[in-house]
Amino acid sequence: MALGLVFLFTLPLYASGRLLHLINLIGITVISAQGLSILTGYTGLISLGQTAFMAVGAYSSALLSIYAGFSFWAALPCSALITGVVGAIFGLPSLRIKGFYLAMATLAAQFIIPWMIVNVRPDLTGGTSSIFLPPPKIGPVQFNTQQKMFYIIVPLTCMTLFCVRNLIRSRIGRAFVAIRDNDLAAEMVGISLFRYKLLSFFICTFYAGIAGCLWAYWMRAISVDHFHLVDSIWYLGMVIVGGMGSTLGTVLGAVFIKILDLGVTIIGPMLGGIFPAGFAVDASAALGPFVFGITILLFLIFEPRGLAHRWEITKAYFRLWPFSY
Amino acid sequence: MPKLLQFLVNGIMVGGVYSLIALGIVLIYKSTRVFNFAVGELLAIGSFVCYSGLVSLKLPFWFSLSLTLGGALLVGASIERFALRPLIGQPILAAIMATLALSLIMRGIMLFIWGASTVSYPRGIFPGGVISSGGIVLSHELLTAFLGSMAVFGILTFFFRRTKTGLFMRATAEGHEIAQSIGIRVRGIFAMTWGIGSIIAAMGGIVLGNRLGVGVDVTPLVALKAFPAVLFGGLESIPGALLGGLVIGLLENLAGGLINPKLAEITPYILLLVVLLLRPEGLFGLKRIERI
Repeated sequence: MALGLVFLFTLPLYASGRLLHLINLIGITVISAQGLSILTGYTGLISLGQTAFMAVGAYSSALLSIYAGFSFWAALPCSALITGVVGAIFGLPSLRIKGFYLAMATLAAQFIIPWMIVNVRPDLTGGTSSIFLPPPKIGPVQFNTQQKMFYIIVPLTCMTLFCVRNLIRSRIGRAFVAIRDNDLAAEMVGISLFRYKLLSFFICTFYAGIAGCLWAYWMRAISVDHFHLVDSIWYLGMVIVGGMGSTLGTVLGAVFIKILDLGVTIIGPMLGGIFPAGFAVDASAALGPFVFGITILLFLIFEPRGLAHRWEITKAYFRLWPFSY
Repeated sequence: MPKLLQFLVNGIMVGGVYSLIALGIVLIYKSTRVFNFAVGELLAIGSFVCYSGLVSLKLPFWFSLSLTLGGALLVGASIERFALRPLIGQPILAAIMATLALSLIMRGIMLFIWGASTVSYPRGIFPGGVISSGGIVLSHELLTAFLGSMAVFGILTFFFRRTKTGLFMRATAEGHEIAQSIGIRVRGIFAMTWGIGSIIAAMGGIVLGNRLGVGVDVTPLVALKAFPAVLFGGLESIPGALLGGLVIGLLENLAGGLINPKLAEITPYILLLVVLLLRPEGLFGLKRIERI
């Protein structure tokens, strides 16, 4: 464990820029997916608006730093809080009711939030065009390369994982799991459903806000085009593929999906060359959603407990080896 | 005043199409308890197939239409058989994710075959003129879309009230175990429901394609606006779907026309939030009462 951490934190010294870019991307994705995992995996609610809430985090941090002069370190918690509050506003109407109503409310959020970003104050948010941010800094050190951002993103990711792991062992986490497994029974033992559902959704969007803020400072140019409904579905897919109700699983899922995504962007153009012209119009663009959809479907049908379950099986195999009975 | 009347008429006409899409969702939800998030892609794919039949293969319209509807029946039934039947008995999340995954797969297939650009239907299939009376202009396309949707509603009402399969489907909607115990093949009914749902989606796609053209990115977005219609009318209610679609169409056109054209995009979603806040079961939906 300690060795792994040392390896992780010395990685920028010898890894290539491209790999670091991937790791940073995965780090941000893991934070956001972790939030969704608390909501979906532990509390059993569905959000189709995770990227919209990331957009809230990204834009609020950008506006705070550009117009209010906040530094990165002040903007990060503020934007996360703002996102949490915005999330709670959207969650309020739907959390009183059972079923998939939160999915509907967040779907509405997925359309309303980008619309507001583009149309309400285009003079501040730049409308449909991008806005640009300064890099975060401590004293004279500017965090303006992949290597330096690595030292912001990866510790934050680790901290998030640590928080989530401890949260789910606490009273709150057990209440979440109870709500997921049987909400009536949970209410009978004295868990206030509405309060805990709202709390779960707040934590989910809070993490989305952190991820969005990091995304903004990492890309340093944001536009609403980064935050589509399809990306929200990707996050749900990560939770499914990784295994619901597992912290490790969500990390595995995020890594798996991002590497799958990378593989598709490499293979896609090659595939475009194979098919004769006029038959496949856009083979490289088609591969991504197709492969991703198939992956989710196969996991749902054949391994609903996800990669985390596979990992446990593998671990058990080696622990019990050679006498597996 | 004529301006207001114009928006009202347009709203009802557009709402007819939303009603049709909402009907497809309600049908599937009623009998299988699965909310079909893939309806937008089903819509687009039906529309694309019909377009290809018309333009690439130069088939006559009625032939292309029946080909599309037959294809939609097959697609719907196989979606049920291969994607959703293995998930029976799993939590509600699994079914929702499965339909979302299906929508991605179909998106991939559409990008592969037809690409990302928006195409418009050839002129002359439906009459393309306008009717104007008393200062209100009504395009034939809108009228066809509306009348087509209403015709489908009529046919389905007849189907449910007068045929044996329709009766079985209604029985299945009442309760899966009960239906099974009196000898109805519930899984077969599921497959058929999905088939009919896809046919409705394909028809919606064709009327919509005729009006707005069809594209991988454009068409599913229109279908998503039927979700508020479904919730407004009530998840289990077919008359609710009709009414919900019309109300969404009206409000969208009124908000877009009278307040701000940009507002039209999100009016349905604002209504969705209001419905969730005030009356989550919708106008005619069933209220869940749980007893221990």
